[in-house]
Amino acid sequence: MSLQNEPVSKNENRKKYCRFKKSGIKYIDYKDPNFLLKLLNEQGKILPRRITGTSLKYQRKVGQAVKRARHLALLPYVGDSLK
Amino acid sequence: MQFTKNYETVFILTPVLSEVQIKDTVDKFRKILTDNGAEIVNEESMGLRKLAYPIQHKNTGYYFLFEFSAETKVPEALDIEFRRDERIIRNLTTVLDKHALAYNERRRKGQLGKSKQQTEKAGEEAK
Repeated sequence: MSLQNEPVSKNENRKKYCRFKKSGIKYIDYKDPNFLLKLLNEQGKILPRRITGTSLKYQRKVGQAVKRARHLALLPYVGDSLK
Repeated sequence: MQFTKNYETVFILTPVLSEVQIKDTVDKFRKILTDNGAEIVNEESMGLRKLAYPIQHKNTGYYFLFEFSAETKVPEALDIEFRRDERIIRNLTTVLDKHALAYNERRRKGQLGKSKQQTEKAGEEAK
């Protein structure tokens, strides 16, 4: 009975960290699509923070860089981002 | 000393141009920049690249990059020229902060390691 309302621990919810703070990346270049592809899902959409765990400050930089890359046709707006 | 800022502009030329036309388009924009008193720090051509989606029914384009420092009214003049020139199918001018400048500096020196240690390591290899 006790397990009824106990949340099943998903992948042992390890501490998520911001990969930019940890590796000391200060600037996210919009001209480098390979790096940005890691932050997009299969349909080319930007991954949310709850999945990637990035901090708000860098998530905004990521969003801006991805949108600029899309403007320059380095990244598709929609479509399979050939993961 | 006027107030200068660092800018970076990337523009794409239609692929149907001949070599000569490409060269003089790029020269035209370099001239516009130098006429307006901009100091070009870096100029790069990423050459012919496949576009992620067709622009004006074309699937490839010549990418060019200019990194320059100029007064604040120069990018506006540059933008007007970009819109006027029909050989340019897409352009983007961005302002660079200090992190971006440091990044570009490291990119030019080619030690763009993933993290700091790698850049030191790459630095040693380069020596």
